[in-house]
Amino acid sequence: MNFEFSADQMQLKDIARKFLAKEESVKRARKVLEGEESFDQDLWAQIIEMGFTATAIPEEYGGLGLGYLELCVIAEELGRSLAPTPFSSSVYLASEAIINFGDESQKKSFLPGLASGEKIGAFAHNETNTSPTEANISCSFTGGTLSGTKIAVADGDVANTFIVTANNGTGVSLYLVDGSADGIQIEPQSTLDPSRSHASITFTNTPATELKSDWSDVLCLLDRAAVLFSFEQLGGAEACMDMAKEYAMGRYAFGRSIASFQAIKHKLADMFIAVELARSNCYYGAWALSTDAPELPTAAATCRVSASQAFHECSKENIQTHGGMGFTWEFDCHLYYRRCRQLAANIGSQSIWKDKLIGSLERANQI
Amino acid sequence: MDFNDTPEEAKFRKEAYDWLASNAELKEGPKDSWRASSEEEGLKQVKVWQKKLHDGGWACLHWPKTYGGRESTPIERVIWGQEVSKFKVPGGYLEIGQGMAGPVMMMYATEEQKERYLPPMATGEEIWCQLFSEPAAGSDVAGIKTKAELDGDTWTINGQKVWTSGAHFSDYGILVTRSDPTAPKHKGLTFFFVDMKSPRIEVKPIKQISGGANFNEVYFTDVKIPDSQRLGAVGDGWKVSLTTLMNERLAVGDASGPDFEEAFSLARGQDLNGKLAIENDSVREKLADWYCQQSGLKYAKYRNISALSRGETPGPQSSITKIVSGNKLQEIANFGLDMLDSAGIVRSDEEGAEQSMYQFGFWGAAGIRIAGGTDEILKNIISEQVLGMPQDMRADKGLPFNEIPTGNK
Repeated sequence: MNFEFSADQMQLKDIARKFLAKEESVKRARKVLEGEESFDQDLWAQIIEMGFTATAIPEEYGGLGLGYLELCVIAEELGRSLAPTPFSSSVYLASEAIINFGDESQKKSFLPGLASGEKIGAFAHNETNTSPTEANISCSFTGGTLSGTKIAVADGDVANTFIVTANNGTGVSLYLVDGSADGIQIEPQSTLDPSRSHASITFTNTPATELKSDWSDVLCLLDRAAVLFSFEQLGGAEACMDMAKEYAMGRYAFGRSIASFQAIKHKLADMFIAVELARSNCYYGAWALSTDAPELPTAAATCRVSASQAFHECSKENIQTHGGMGFTWEFDCHLYYRRCRQLAANIGSQSIWKDKLIGSLERANQI
Repeated sequence: MDFNDTPEEAKFRKEAYDWLASNAELKEGPKDSWRASSEEEGLKQVKVWQKKLHDGGWACLHWPKTYGGRESTPIERVIWGQEVSKFKVPGGYLEIGQGMAGPVMMMYATEEQKERYLPPMATGEEIWCQLFSEPAAGSDVAGIKTKAELDGDTWTINGQKVWTSGAHFSDYGILVTRSDPTAPKHKGLTFFFVDMKSPRIEVKPIKQISGGANFNEVYFTDVKIPDSQRLGAVGDGWKVSLTTLMNERLAVGDASGPDFEEAFSLARGQDLNGKLAIENDSVREKLADWYCQQSGLKYAKYRNISALSRGETPGPQSSITKIVSGNKLQEIANFGLDMLDSAGIVRSDEEGAEQSMYQFGFWGAAGIRIAGGTDEILKNIISEQVLGMPQDMRADKGLPFNEIPTGNK
């Protein structure tokens, strides 16, 4: 049995980790949070330079043609370091949509730009404050154009390539919109996590092409992305656990390190348990994604739920372990607490994924 | 990333399966298992099976061949475990001896003693138990009081042990005692092995909350042990105990009882307020949580096996198994009984009655969360040994043992 990343993949992970630490990615997240910029352009340029955006794009379309396991280890490090860039929207969603459902001409027109970072992609899906379903998506596609409004589109204000879900009269499909097309109105939206920008986008008779897809393909895109988002959440969760431990070790109260109190030790043990469960489930997701396994829907939902839980547990208890300092703007705890919420919301809530998990087990009847 | 064996592993797996196939009966389903009509009958069958294993070269895989083992690698043990779980074979009774007493004897007994005691342990002819816990020393096992006094070449033992599995059918036991009550807690202990048929050892079953009796109290009244049966130096008993405690915490793994599959299948067939339970959102949410926990443990185990397969030491992920599975079992048992509504609390003697499995888990979970290290002790171990956090401040540090308050006041 070889249920582990290879030495090369672990080395890539190490390179990514050291690079993001050296570039002080967490500090950059704070800068974006406090500043006017939508993302850190310098860090983004370096990430592109490292080839990370090109990782899973086939070589014939300007990518590196590496596998998804490589992308998973990069995602974990981006999550650990809160990298304030449009990576997840552009790579896990937009590039994936075109790789999996695009025709030859769409792939040729868009993938090289997404690989080289010249294009930034975003996924425009949500419309209201309920989770999107095939029945409630009202954005429409007729006569080659899109109309409708999408909200809370991550990186929507900086993207120049949009993947949009819309109803064409018979069902919901994925549509591809070039950012230079007519009839796109973008309004930045302020969110709980300003280190990642969001926007509402109104399409008015905007020219679009269809990616050959139906609703089940929309769900498939979300499943694939869920594995990669899970790795970001896992990295974030582990970072919080490490921060909490380090702070507790150096904080003295009642004449001793607070790390020697069982109340704190057991809190950390609970974080460790959540992280280990999430890591093991993420590996399952990585395996299913990288081998196109029929279990992907189950594996994706499992790792998504598990990693969302771990990041939630660790980011809130990290603040708690820091006590009052954890509630200050100055400490980084809130950056992770915010990102935890952003990642948990980005491709559907935990309740939705739990429901999907049981649904996929019912369908698969695989147990 | 794959789930495949290496060629050597595949060869070993085939060898194991082939031997099992010609010596045992395949299970009809994953939940089919060996059961004995009584403890006496079970013991008999286990001994017969163990002898067969030994004659076939499959006893005590991790032991040296000299003492009846196979000198298998850790990954081979895992593969054997996977293959043997496909067959309906007797189990229980021997694990404490082979898993805990055996290793401690190998480390501390004389060559002559090893040759005398280890082979019959491997063949199942002689059964061993572990005499550690006491009424005033559970999680704080170093707080034991059973007194050992040396006179010439003979020790005299007085005191009481508790939670001793299998003491009533064991031939020998490993025993930790206090030889110097004036030394600090961890310093005054001495370790022995003892003939359980010695005069003035009295074994009494403990009635558990479930009504069953799987454990014993063991009373020692002027029991004599020759000094030659001491393991380790006088006063070094704690160090010797740690060898077996570490083995124990690794040995107590998955809690047995209803798991996700049972809860899922129950929910799919059970009516809940006019609809199938599986259509109820709170039911789906709980099921999803348990699936994620079960899956997390399964793939943590796969990560361990991968490390063993590469010849590496597994990471700390195995330390979460018992704590997660024990709590999951308790919740699933409660869920199953809840689903059956009032009928859930009714006892049934019928074979395979739905509520029996959940009632079994209801009691079992309460026990498994304590056995072999409580949830709380395991969280201490995770935070101290895995995360490197400081030990608890101890009120008894450095004090002579006989000045430390212990037990219930």
